[in-house]
Amino acid sequence: MNNGTTSPKSSDQSPDQNDVLLEIRDLKIEGFADEKWNPIIKGIDLTLRRGEVLGLIGESGAGKSTLGLAAMGFTKAGCRITGGSIVYDGIDLVSATEAEKRALWGTDLTYVAQSAAASFNPAHRLIDQTIAATVREGLQSSQAAKADARDLYGALSLPNPDTIGDRFPHQVSGGQLQRVMTAMAMSSRPKLIVFDEPTTALDVTTQVEVLLSMRKAVKEFNTAAIYITHDLAVVAQMADVIKVMQHGHEVEEADTRTMLSDPKEEYTRSLWSVRMLEKEPVHSDDIVLSIDSVDAAYGKAKVLHDVNIKLPRGKTVSIVGESGSGKSTTARVVIGLLSASTGSVSFNGERLPAHLKNRTKEQLRKIQMIYQMADTAMNPRQTVGEIIGRPLEFYHGLKGADADKRVIELLEQIDLDESFFDRLPSELSGGQKQRVCIARALAADPEIIICDEVTSALDQIVQEGILQLLLRLQKEKNISYLFITHDIATVSAISDEIVVMNHGAVVEQGSKDAVLSPPYPEYTKLLLSSVPEMDPDWLDAVTAKRSS
Amino acid sequence: MSKQNTYSPSAEVGSVRTRRTRKQRIWIELKKAPVSAWVGILIITFYAVMAIFAPLIAPYGEAEVFDVPFAQWDDTHWLGTDQIGRDVLSRLIFGARNTIGIALATTFLAFLIGGSLGLIAAINRGWLDQLISRGVDVLMAIPSLIFALMLLSIFGSSAWSLIMIIAVIDSTRVFRLTRAVAVNVAVMDYVEAATVRGEGLGWIMRKEILPNIMPPLVAEFGLRFCFVFLTIASLSFLGVGIQPPTADWGSMVRETAQLIQFAKYDIKAALTPLIPAGAIALITVGVNFLVDWFLQKSSGLRDE
Repeated sequence: MNNGTTSPKSSDQSPDQNDVLLEIRDLKIEGFADEKWNPIIKGIDLTLRRGEVLGLIGESGAGKSTLGLAAMGFTKAGCRITGGSIVYDGIDLVSATEAEKRALWGTDLTYVAQSAAASFNPAHRLIDQTIAATVREGLQSSQAAKADARDLYGALSLPNPDTIGDRFPHQVSGGQLQRVMTAMAMSSRPKLIVFDEPTTALDVTTQVEVLLSMRKAVKEFNTAAIYITHDLAVVAQMADVIKVMQHGHEVEEADTRTMLSDPKEEYTRSLWSVRMLEKEPVHSDDIVLSIDSVDAAYGKAKVLHDVNIKLPRGKTVSIVGESGSGKSTTARVVIGLLSASTGSVSFNGERLPAHLKNRTKEQLRKIQMIYQMADTAMNPRQTVGEIIGRPLEFYHGLKGADADKRVIELLEQIDLDESFFDRLPSELSGGQKQRVCIARALAADPEIIICDEVTSALDQIVQEGILQLLLRLQKEKNISYLFITHDIATVSAISDEIVVMNHGAVVEQGSKDAVLSPPYPEYTKLLLSSVPEMDPDWLDAVTAKRSS
Repeated sequence: MSKQNTYSPSAEVGSVRTRRTRKQRIWIELKKAPVSAWVGILIITFYAVMAIFAPLIAPYGEAEVFDVPFAQWDDTHWLGTDQIGRDVLSRLIFGARNTIGIALATTFLAFLIGGSLGLIAAINRGWLDQLISRGVDVLMAIPSLIFALMLLSIFGSSAWSLIMIIAVIDSTRVFRLTRAVAVNVAVMDYVEAATVRGEGLGWIMRKEILPNIMPPLVAEFGLRFCFVFLTIASLSFLGVGIQPPTADWGSMVRETAQLIQFAKYDIKAALTPLIPAGAIALITVGVNFLVDWFLQKSSGLRDE
């Protein structure tokens, strides 16, 4: 089982059959939770030819990742395959022994995980991890594999391909790490790579580079791939065929162009239409929050340079920029977690104390914040009722039955109901968590809510729900939003004005229409052109434009 | 299937289930517990019953003196009498009450001191953290038994000074652990959210951080209890712990220790000093069984 595992059988078969690399028939998988087995995959068929890229798309919980792993014959702990077959290159992976599968994993079948940072061993150099499986299975000598890895780094457009492998995982950026992981997956020249949301954690400008290099590498080595994502625009760039999944069922499958232009099913169309949310921008001169020439630093490292932002009452100002551009730091200065070294933040024309310790309860109450990761923004040991109830008690002195009544009102405002009162955060979905965080902010009855990437961890459909909720609340309560994001589609859906930030400075601020239409400053142009569009030719077009 | 194609936020989690009550959850956990955990529970229950109902169970009084010192095992004195003629079995039962009571009080106090300081240090992370941590380092640098002996000879061997001194010395270990686990929680967004809301230190310590670091603390409580127990027994054996006439296992071992040399004449008499020693060993084992089980499953937040 050392070198290659192509069974002799496959070469005897007819050319048509020979083309098929992976065939899944009526696959059923169950997961153990709550002391019983629950179906996760409910009978899925999948056929993948050599060199073909299949895009798997659907909401969280649709069973995408489970199916992706099952394609390699692997199930997570607590899951079991209860029916169907997975035939990879003539080998039935359902009945194959652990040892047989182990020989395929890491060599013929490889996997690129969503979080590269969590998947690398911090104690070993990148190149040693890149070639580990290749050398272990004796496909290549260590020397040859290393030379090959350096070529791969080059093919994946990593900087300094000859030396980057000598670094440790923490010494490269997230996007680079994701590409190193792709190189790791390519090192053994696998026949099938499973990409599980490899660009979800990256920001737009990095995402384009990673996508491009992945696609190049897959095409160059004629590798078949399963690309799992919830981002349609991304899958449109990568896949030849798209399969849409929901609740463990297949909704439909078609080749990319057909699927994009003419989806058959209602559910697919609803996925497609998500990004149609638009808001008519309104200009206003009634400024509720004003950030005036703020400089700020973490220790000696200066992160904000002369930032000026004005937030009109009842309107939304979006701050866009890639990671490290100072978006979140600006938010921290506004809420007083970080004191500005110069400049000031004024609320309703009144200068706020720089640090939150010196602010009054009223000042704190009026500026609330919603976080990116709803998971870590809620205490896992408190119930929804306690989480939403605390600001009511703290700011408004509501207790007992009054507070409970108000919590239920708030739950209804965010489209949830009474039954959520006693649940723990771990018993909520991602979207529900974010809604509870919104309710917690609302409970304080604020004038301004700072939204720090509140939708970036969510599925598109859920994202749309949250954005609509935020828009509705703004209309009802005249709340102003300072909306931090790197997603341009979200920006156009929600904002009245846009601030573009880069390297801790404001590149431009203006009304949405003014910023999103030419002429752009150089950086805005790069940012806007990096947002994937639902057009399979978009990536090529961007590459052509940038190289020219 | 009707909600397949429409989106509703409250239907995102497929099967809505009602949360089990605490009682149900505890029962489910117990049913899954390994044998060792059950043995631990039984041992601890046995000791607890002995300690609580000591006056009812013990055949004679704690300090009741009989005519015959070093009496043999017989029907009136099942385990014989000690050097001044007190019933060994009765003192063993009363000893459970005293030794366990003092050990529990000491451990609670150690957790109160070490836990609060650890939480404060973890939240503060500044000069205060440095001050407390370095102070704790200094205390930990001194061998604890010798330090305890020294302090006891300064302050005298009353039950209160015993509790205070061992609690302070042991709180350094509790501080280390609390600070280490609390630091990870203190950087979470929900703690930041509480800070931004304007919550005070007390709320953040008790409501935001403490519930999330309970499992390792509870496990440590069990282990710490064993160590405190052994420390008290050692000090009593050395004569500076719990003072007579209060019955205590450590001093019981010391008082009857010389009987061991008569093993070749009377095996039962020689066993007398080993029985309180065995009692100490057994409870330590029992607590450890329970703690092991608890440690194994301490990370789970879900009630399944």
